[in-house]
Amino acid sequence: MVDPHLLFEQLFNGVQYGILLFLLAAGLTLVFGIMDMMNLAHGSLYMLGAYIAATVSLVTDSFLLGIAVALPATLVVGIFLEVVILRKLYDRGHLDQVLATFGMILFFNELVRLIWGPAGIEVPLPSILNQSLTLFSIPLPLYRILVIGVGLAVAGFLYVLVVKTKVGMLIRAGASNREMVGALGIDIKKIFTLVFGLGAALAALAGAMAGPIFAATIGMGENILIQVLVVIVIGGIGSIRGAFVGSLLIGVIEIMGRSFLGDFFKLFLPDNAAETAAPAAASMLIYILMAGVLFFRPQGLFPARSG
Amino acid sequence: MKKTFILGVSALALTLAAPQAMAAKAKEIKIGFVTTLSGGAGVIGKDMRNSVQIALDHLGNKMGGVPVKVLFEDDQVKPEVGKQKTEKLLYKDKVDIISGFIWSHVVLASRNSVVKAGKFLIISNAGTSKIAGRLCHKNIFSTSWQNDQVPMAMGEVLNKRGVKSLYIIAPNYAAGRDMVAGVERTFKGKILGKDLTKWPTQLDFSAELAKARASKADGVFIFYPGRATNAFMRQYAQAGLTKTPLYSVFSVDSLSLPKLQQAKLTNVLGTYSTQFWAPDLDTPVNKKFVADYRKKFGSYPSHYGAQSYDSIMLIDSAVRAAGGDLKKMDTMRAAFRKADYGSVRGKYVYGNNHFPIQDFYLRKVIADADGKWTTKIEQKVYTNHQDVYASKCKMKKTW
Amino acid sequence: MIPTRETMVVIITFSLLALVPVIASITDVPFYLDLGRRMMILAIGALSLNLIMGYGGMISFGHAVFVGIGAYVVGICAEHEVVSGFIQWPLALLACGIFAVIFGAISLRTRGVYFIMITLALAQMMYFLGVSLDRYGGDDGLPLAEPSYFSGLIDLSEKTSLYYLVFVLLLLCLWICKRLINSRFGMVIQGARSNEARMQAIGFPVFRYQLTAFVIAGVMAGLAGILLANHTEFVNPDMMHWTRSGDLIIMVLLGGMGSLAGPIVGALVFILLEEALSGVTEYWQLIFGPFLILVVLFARGGLLGFLEKRQSPKKTSEGGDD
Repeated sequence: MVDPHLLFEQLFNGVQYGILLFLLAAGLTLVFGIMDMMNLAHGSLYMLGAYIAATVSLVTDSFLLGIAVALPATLVVGIFLEVVILRKLYDRGHLDQVLATFGMILFFNELVRLIWGPAGIEVPLPSILNQSLTLFSIPLPLYRILVIGVGLAVAGFLYVLVVKTKVGMLIRAGASNREMVGALGIDIKKIFTLVFGLGAALAALAGAMAGPIFAATIGMGENILIQVLVVIVIGGIGSIRGAFVGSLLIGVIEIMGRSFLGDFFKLFLPDNAAETAAPAAASMLIYILMAGVLFFRPQGLFPARSG
Repeated sequence: MKKTFILGVSALALTLAAPQAMAAKAKEIKIGFVTTLSGGAGVIGKDMRNSVQIALDHLGNKMGGVPVKVLFEDDQVKPEVGKQKTEKLLYKDKVDIISGFIWSHVVLASRNSVVKAGKFLIISNAGTSKIAGRLCHKNIFSTSWQNDQVPMAMGEVLNKRGVKSLYIIAPNYAAGRDMVAGVERTFKGKILGKDLTKWPTQLDFSAELAKARASKADGVFIFYPGRATNAFMRQYAQAGLTKTPLYSVFSVDSLSLPKLQQAKLTNVLGTYSTQFWAPDLDTPVNKKFVADYRKKFGSYPSHYGAQSYDSIMLIDSAVRAAGGDLKKMDTMRAAFRKADYGSVRGKYVYGNNHFPIQDFYLRKVIADADGKWTTKIEQKVYTNHQDVYASKCKMKKTW
Repeated sequence: MIPTRETMVVIITFSLLALVPVIASITDVPFYLDLGRRMMILAIGALSLNLIMGYGGMISFGHAVFVGIGAYVVGICAEHEVVSGFIQWPLALLACGIFAVIFGAISLRTRGVYFIMITLALAQMMYFLGVSLDRYGGDDGLPLAEPSYFSGLIDLSEKTSLYYLVFVLLLLCLWICKRLINSRFGMVIQGARSNEARMQAIGFPVFRYQLTAFVIAGVMAGLAGILLANHTEFVNPDMMHWTRSGDLIIMVLLGGMGSLAGPIVGALVFILLEEALSGVTEYWQLIFGPFLILVVLFARGGLLGFLEKRQSPKKTSEGGDD
């Protein structure tokens, strides 16, 4: 039967993977839910964050400094995009936003290739982080524990920001009724710019944290973007809570599927067929989950706003 | 009178014949080279293009006295685009020979276009079993290998090294499954587990590595080309598997090693892989190729580059055999089949399916005299090894 | 009657397309035939997407799946040595129809972004299925030994005849779209886009109308797939990947959503620009990306919308609504 050690370890891996998705999903769901902005270029900001962090940490030999530079730098890029291009698209439909941000993806991928070359860049981890912690005789990579910690901190920060602060209140109000907030004499434009910048910084953080695991590569954003879209759709667009739950759900299901689906299939299929079917089914699992959730709850698990 | 007439006629004949003899020799040879230049896989295309450049330098940009021009096209790793670029090369640029191709699906989509146009296709990398088997053609030649030959060699190595049990991790796509089938064919020990991962998007291997560690296998066999190599190696180190030896095919090469070194992934040093070639392979041609490549581009060439260099040199041998007259298809084909040229891998022969019958080596990752990471040949695994698909090809070996 | 700019665009575009084989033979560049053929095939795909996306407000992010299914049926038939087009083609269209009914019935339960994502999910499942179909080449794909065989009626391996066949089918699809949109059926579909509740209240079974539109679009995309398989003589799962669905969306938006000729213009410009720019520099996307952004910012309703606006400044574009 399934080894409990392995089961625990895979659960840990699932949570860690989910947290990484959450770092991206949080920013995207804010922009998507609050500003009603379909931003495909979120993945490009993630990539940019990863490249900047990697470059700086290679030059200065400091991983922390890499993150410290990548966050504000990407935030500036994000705000620039918002002010120059995206701001003009709030009143348009999602499709115009799709076309414009698709253009940005192409542009950024090529720009990165022009600057950094086609091969990705590697980020060396400080040796303190390159160890593993042994728990119940299972080695858990220290860096992955750090990722979980950062993710939980971000979740806490966002919760406080959105629920407990005045800015958060304005963000929520702005999302449900733009004109009203404007009528109250508050510059909704500034709030949107702020939210977009925050989303960009979160994407950069995700990129910087992902760098030492996956390396910074061209197109890394698009690959993960689809999974992140799945996460926020399952969670309910605009809901931080939904993004958190959705991320963990997808993370754990993805890892569990990859780990145990093969053995599971072997219970009732011949070995050969199970070996062919399992990887295909594991790849489809998150899509099946999403289709299932949407079938029963067309607005996702935690619908953020109605209408 | 009669004499002068004859003289006159022969003079006329000469004047008529001379330009024809001149015209038979092409004014310029155009080679279309399809590879990937954009996106992340562009790193492979760049290495191939650089190597073609070295080959042209060595030839003085001439084949059999005729100037050569190589036109590069980017397939974007899309079969449809590759096909369109091939057609463009054939029907707009009017190239004489098509070469290149990294990806199996791109070459499968483009094959018919080249065959129908009646041109030669010299495949520099893609080792699809279909073209080695059922879809072989008299005008198609390869300077690479069959996907599964390399993992088959690795299986033999594992047997020799006394590896009793193995865990296999590879991506779930055609080449990935070829690699798995290859090592399974020759490895005699027990396979404790096998994971096929989503390709090319999955870069997180935590689940697979945990299973590999739990299986307590003697060794782990992997195939992760391109950018996945680095992600895999890094996570392999982090997952506490450093004590389990890693055996790879098409993953640790001259393209990934500089990046792995940059990331200080020292666990890669000392790992084994198999290949038909290595930068230190001791042939005069290879020494010159590698030295000139390093001088010009500052890094080691990869096997993709070596195969591309060979493609150009193979074409050169055929053009010279035909005296620069590219219409002499039969002469050229006979020359191709002889493979009588300076290959970086040394002399090899072509099988009935026009794929090389060649040697395969075991390579170990080391740091060279300058501290740069590279691979070094440890031993020869196979001598004159032929792929298993040759029997499915209907062509008979007549040379 | 003065023809509208759109009609002019259609006439000019089709005249040019009709002349491509002539130009190709005069200039001795047969490559233009291949380029033109691929443009027209993708135009059929974009046209079919526009039917549901532009007129029906159903933004499918998985439309390429039908192109893939159409192509795969041809490929699989050929693999089993069923080469007759009279069997292959109806079978492929039927398969697309069946899949469209199933996918449509599932996805039409949702709206807006959720519809986008569920169509994406369904298409991705088919993509992964294709990748694991080892019998049919997996992701390496399936080369066709020969194109569909029509018992001597038309020879598809002959470049020019295949070109004109695609040309005629594109015209046919355009005509079908025009008829559909101007019919009562079309009115209901368009009405449901702007106000579904009202159409429901008037008594139209909106779901059934939308599903029918989804199936028609799916079958039309399947036709594009059949043609693509015959054009490339190759089938692989890439044809169903979400990036391909994305390309189709971009083509429709680029040309102008919700106008008849828009998707055709979009597909042609997309492929032409890709071909031209990639000939100039390998960093062509550095130019193409900002070009798309400029189209969004300054040509509302795509390239065709841009033209129409020039003609009558008062008329605002309807594009960009979901």
